[in-house]
Amino acid sequence: MAKKNVIVIGGGIAGMESASYLSAMGFNVTLLEKSNELGGHLLNWERLFPTMRYGKQVIDFLAKGIDFEQINKVLNVEIKSIEKKNTQFCVELSNGKTFFGDSILITTGYDLFDAHRKEEYGYGIYNNVITSADLEKIFMSGNPITTTDGKTPKRIGIVHCVGSRDEKVGHVYCSKVCCVTGVKQAIEIKEKMPETEVFNFYMDMRMYGMHFEALYKKAQEKYGIQFIRGRLSEAAENIDGTIVLKVEDTLAGRPLKMNVDILVLLVGFVPSKGSKEVGKLMGLNIGINGFYKTKDQHTLTNVSNIDGVFFAGSCTGPKTITNTITDARAAASSVASYLLGFDLHKRDIENHEEFWLYDSK
Amino acid sequence: MIIEGKERIWKDYQKDIAEDNYYYARSCIRQNFFPGSEATFLRILISELGKDVYDDPNHTTCTGIAYHSDIVPLETTMTVVARHFALMTSAGYKNFVPSCITSFGLYTEIIETWYEFPETLEKTRENLYKATRREFEIPDNLAHTSDIIFKYRNEIEKKAKYKLVNKKTGEPLKIVEHIGCHYSKMFPHKGIGGAEYPYVLAGMVDSWGGSVIDYPERRHCCGFGFRQYAVKANRGYSISCSKKKFDSMAPYKPDMIITNCPGCPYFFDRWQYALSEMEGITYGENGNGIPAFTYEEVAGLVLGYDPWDLGLQLHQVACEPVLDKMGIDYIPENKYKGLNNIDLGKPEKATHLKFY
Repeated sequence: MAKKNVIVIGGGIAGMESASYLSAMGFNVTLLEKSNELGGHLLNWERLFPTMRYGKQVIDFLAKGIDFEQINKVLNVEIKSIEKKNTQFCVELSNGKTFFGDSILITTGYDLFDAHRKEEYGYGIYNNVITSADLEKIFMSGNPITTTDGKTPKRIGIVHCVGSRDEKVGHVYCSKVCCVTGVKQAIEIKEKMPETEVFNFYMDMRMYGMHFEALYKKAQEKYGIQFIRGRLSEAAENIDGTIVLKVEDTLAGRPLKMNVDILVLLVGFVPSKGSKEVGKLMGLNIGINGFYKTKDQHTLTNVSNIDGVFFAGSCTGPKTITNTITDARAAASSVASYLLGFDLHKRDIENHEEFWLYDSK
Repeated sequence: MIIEGKERIWKDYQKDIAEDNYYYARSCIRQNFFPGSEATFLRILISELGKDVYDDPNHTTCTGIAYHSDIVPLETTMTVVARHFALMTSAGYKNFVPSCITSFGLYTEIIETWYEFPETLEKTRENLYKATRREFEIPDNLAHTSDIIFKYRNEIEKKAKYKLVNKKTGEPLKIVEHIGCHYSKMFPHKGIGGAEYPYVLAGMVDSWGGSVIDYPERRHCCGFGFRQYAVKANRGYSISCSKKKFDSMAPYKPDMIITNCPGCPYFFDRWQYALSEMEGITYGENGNGIPAFTYEEVAGLVLGYDPWDLGLQLHQVACEPVLDKMGIDYIPENKYKGLNNIDLGKPEKATHLKFY
């Protein structure tokens, strides 16, 4: 019997790990990636919470699976069309090449929230307002953290939930990773610049993962990082280029006005442009928050509304790296089950829509 | 400051503004605060730009201050506003242009409420009909008068006699722009440039040669918050708001403040006097204050109108330093002469604030 073909769309960590597992399970796998490198957002992240492991170590680990299984990697490609005829999928690329698959696994990931949209925080307007992604770039470059005029910052503010849990920008969901990223980045700043004061402004500290709470405690006890419960109302630029923050300290019950030299905005997850494009091409169901809608919230979390099309990773919602890798392996098993003729993904379960959660009545 | 960042936001907040045929709704308080401003608006629109503007004497307060002070219920406010629209409808106009920022905010809020909750529109129609036997159409276009001046800022610049430039140094005047809170803070897409970095006044300053100052307390209220000044016991909050802004803008050495709300120029003006008397502080150069103008006054200066026709003698902070910087030709001794050279009398000298 000829080997069945799987096309994995998206070469981030979900795509890499699911491709490796599918290949190991005996399928021909083609991994399509729009950029010139596999690894997705992790390529731009230096260290990972909670252990401070280098992100590159995880990418290298995942790449060993890709190399070991000799996955057909197709880089620098855009998808032009996807058609399904009977049980066969035909994926046409903008370079004219065509791939056929018996199943498609979508791993199109997420985009980072565009911080320009939180206009009141002044990203792109005030020189010393940066995002968590910008800070990672500085970490990766090995350059010192300085203000735009080259000074060592005496005080840095980190704002949590930028673009997440925010009805004003239309994203009511939690991005899951920002709280602990804020703790991680605050510690990294203190390690590099022990004299710099770091203040994290948060709504809730969601330290749900294993060891997250320990990291949070360490940040306070060892590094003296201050956590202020209150959402920033606005940032403005002083005449000397420092940033003045207005925030309510909700534990003290007082308004707070403070100057910082650099303001870091912890940007959350938004549905990726790639997900939207592929979703439109294929007619995939989109959930109320804009991520792909899985067939069920609890049980069929890798299954789409199209038979033979599956999801993995944060294209269905914000996930940590650990969760994403686990999800990739789960998706691989769902695809394998489908290709081997099992109907596990067709099991019935009473439908529970999420829409009522967003109805104010 | 990265100006390109602001320009990117300004592109996101554009609005349609009617070309002509405006139904003009005056402000309750502007005619008392700075009465030359509304007259100047009409002069610019009608005489300079040749527009059709209907200045209706029959409309009343919109109830805005009472509404925001929780004195008049929303249903009553809606009915009063509906009557204004009925006047516009019966006059044959479709483009409603209020002079007051609070009115503009209130009209916007009510139209949005009618849109979101159509039953409130039907109830308002019923209330108005019962009370007055009038019927109304919702305006095709609602724009604040500062939107109209913004729209024609480049036409005004073409007719300009003076620029917002220091004639001696050739440097642009440094100008604080202050936007009325009710302009776009509630409905960002209804204001030119949005809520955080509005462009409506900054655009005028850009066109007329000035340079806009951004300072940390730019977004803060001027002190005209209705519950602050309307309740005598709260007036300390009002002057504190103004002081916070003056303290924040002073390091940038502004030549003037331009505003688009009835109360802002008034409070910026009067509270500078009060602060100088209370604490001996003056915020301008050499014992002067920072003149706070309406956009019509600034447009009038640019067009070469006589400062005393604009009503600038009604400012407690003297305007003369700015007139001199711009090289404006004016007759100082005419400052306190009214129509037909009637002597209006001079105000008492302030203790600290420079008097001309």
